[in-house]
Amino acid sequence: MKDTPLSNCERDFLLRAIEEKKRLDGRQTYDYRRIKITFGTDYGCCFVNLGKTRVMAQVSCELVAPKENRPNEGIMFFNIELSPMASPAFEQGRQSELSVKLNRQLERCLRNSKCIDTESLCVVSGKTVWQIRVDVHMLNNDGNLMDASSIAAITALCHFRRPDVGVQGEEVTVYSPEERDPIPLSIYHMPISVSFSFFQQGTYLLVDPCEREERVMDGLLMIAMNKHREICSIQSSGGIMLLKEQVMRCSKIASVKVSEITELISKALLNDKAARKAGGRCGFAESMPQERITALKTDETPVEMKDVTESANDIVQKAEAPPPAVWSPVVPVPGVGQVGQQNTWGLEEEDDDEEDDEEGSEEQKETETKMEEDQHEMEDRGAGDVVEISDSEEEEVVILHPEIPDKAKITGSSSHQQRAATSQKRQKK
Amino acid sequence: MFSSLKQRVEDVLLAGDEFSFETDDTISLTEPVKPEKAVCGPGLRRSGDRLVVCKSGVLRHKPPNVFWIDSQQRRYVPAKGETVIGIVTAKSGDMFKVDVGGSEQASLSYLAFEGATKRNRPNVVVGDLVFAQFIIANKDMEPELACMDSSGRASGMGVFGAGGLMFTVSLGLVRRLLSPHSEVRSDLETLFPCELVIGMNGRLWVRSSSIQQTLIIANLLQSCETMTAQQRKELFRRVQQGAL
Repeated sequence: MKDTPLSNCERDFLLRAIEEKKRLDGRQTYDYRRIKITFGTDYGCCFVNLGKTRVMAQVSCELVAPKENRPNEGIMFFNIELSPMASPAFEQGRQSELSVKLNRQLERCLRNSKCIDTESLCVVSGKTVWQIRVDVHMLNNDGNLMDASSIAAITALCHFRRPDVGVQGEEVTVYSPEERDPIPLSIYHMPISVSFSFFQQGTYLLVDPCEREERVMDGLLMIAMNKHREICSIQSSGGIMLLKEQVMRCSKIASVKVSEITELISKALLNDKAARKAGGRCGFAESMPQERITALKTDETPVEMKDVTESANDIVQKAEAPPPAVWSPVVPVPGVGQVGQQNTWGLEEEDDDEEDDEEGSEEQKETETKMEEDQHEMEDRGAGDVVEISDSEEEEVVILHPEIPDKAKITGSSSHQQRAATSQKRQKK
Repeated sequence: MFSSLKQRVEDVLLAGDEFSFETDDTISLTEPVKPEKAVCGPGLRRSGDRLVVCKSGVLRHKPPNVFWIDSQQRRYVPAKGETVIGIVTAKSGDMFKVDVGGSEQASLSYLAFEGATKRNRPNVVVGDLVFAQFIIANKDMEPELACMDSSGRASGMGVFGAGGLMFTVSLGLVRRLLSPHSEVRSDLETLFPCELVIGMNGRLWVRSSSIQQTLIIANLLQSCETMTAQQRKELFRRVQQGAL
């Protein structure tokens, strides 16, 4: 789709305004627009907002074979994509002139300045090295894509962490982030590009042109510098003639701007580090501002907590009571009883003598000798269970399946049982 | 349905919301009853016996019975009779190609100017701004513009633009500016004297006595989109006092 053409009246007005040192959004000649840097959830994902220009950079890495003429250096690969989202003038697929120009400038700015130690990316010399790939996507074009891309690229590289590797001879093991903490790249310095636009054959100069100013400019000068005042790259396009003093002045302005921007980047990286450490939610979802109408947000529905205990009690009461336990009838083999829970020996009676004798007798009546029961259970259980029901005179009989379900107790007892029980009692006593 | 519409006035509605006759809409049998008619403005459409919302936005109501949707759309769709600001992109034979911000470029015949004849051609070059109205604008044909009304008079249309600044805003703001007793316009009158051309395709053109004032007005209008009436009055007052 074609971009909206620029009308004559807009062009005239802009040039006249620049002659009077007025910019469309009220900035001064050397002012940058507001820069905002946010990070995504992964390491190496960075968004940069330069006014309304929006750019995203993503760094990724993989192990590859090195180049033949550089066997012990890693590989850096840069790619700028002009997404049609950014402007109707950008077409999908076709490599336009602007895209080629931006790619070349970014490569020169970051690769040729040797800002990243490529030798530290070597794993096995001549065989395996890390290839670091930086993808920059334009999300919105409001002028000065170059500066925004350079800020995004270098910030993403500083933010990125590559997986740790272990080398044993020729074998290379890559550790996942859970096994070993990923390592940051070793970066020597941060080159940042600053763009100057010239109007009226070099008479007037503006820093950080917006989209409309870019359309009426005569030429562009891009200076890439780091905070140590080392120039990494200079590029002049548009065919304008510049004087030596002009270029010197621009480089002085650039050094001031670069130190400000570098400080901003360091602060953003520190903030992100602190946020990740604190475990706070960081990343893409949180960096999007919540627009009122379009955010998928529902109000918290309040949950009634007042009557929870009462309703819980209600539920418990209304539920059916568990069926009363009924023990199955067990006929005790003479001479054998069980000590413990259900005492057939009558030993517990001594303790309960203070209590009703009736109780004691009841106990006897209702006693279950768990013999048969246990025998049944032994058949049911697997071989692994060991239950010793013996006529040993040890006081403790340990049954290894404590959660025997409450079996029904017989309330009535046969006289046979009673007799047997009393006979046992007499025997023991 | 009338009552349900009235209930939702000033609510945010999404495209696809419907209003239909409810089963408990009662009509009194004893009193004389007039049939209720609801006039649908932009954003509302009748389909069968239901009213369907086709644009997301806020439902507005003007008594007695006009309803429409106020939206923040910026994309313009040409409609017949609307006056727009266009940029001349090409001159081909008898007509000019004009960009109006829609999906296609509109054509403007050079005879469609006041007092234009085959000998007396209008003075239009590529890159000029024209204020024109649509005489043909539907989805099946290429849109056509004309710089004169049906009786042949210009009535404010034609080539213009020297010395001013053109910028784009949303269509909702433009309609607010064009409404008969627009608050925004009356607030603007309290500031500097200026010339304002409002195109319904979202383009505004401003000219004032100095470049600084022109820039101020342009920025104020662009920020009016996202401000409430209160904030706007406050901002205009500060500008008037010269604080900005």
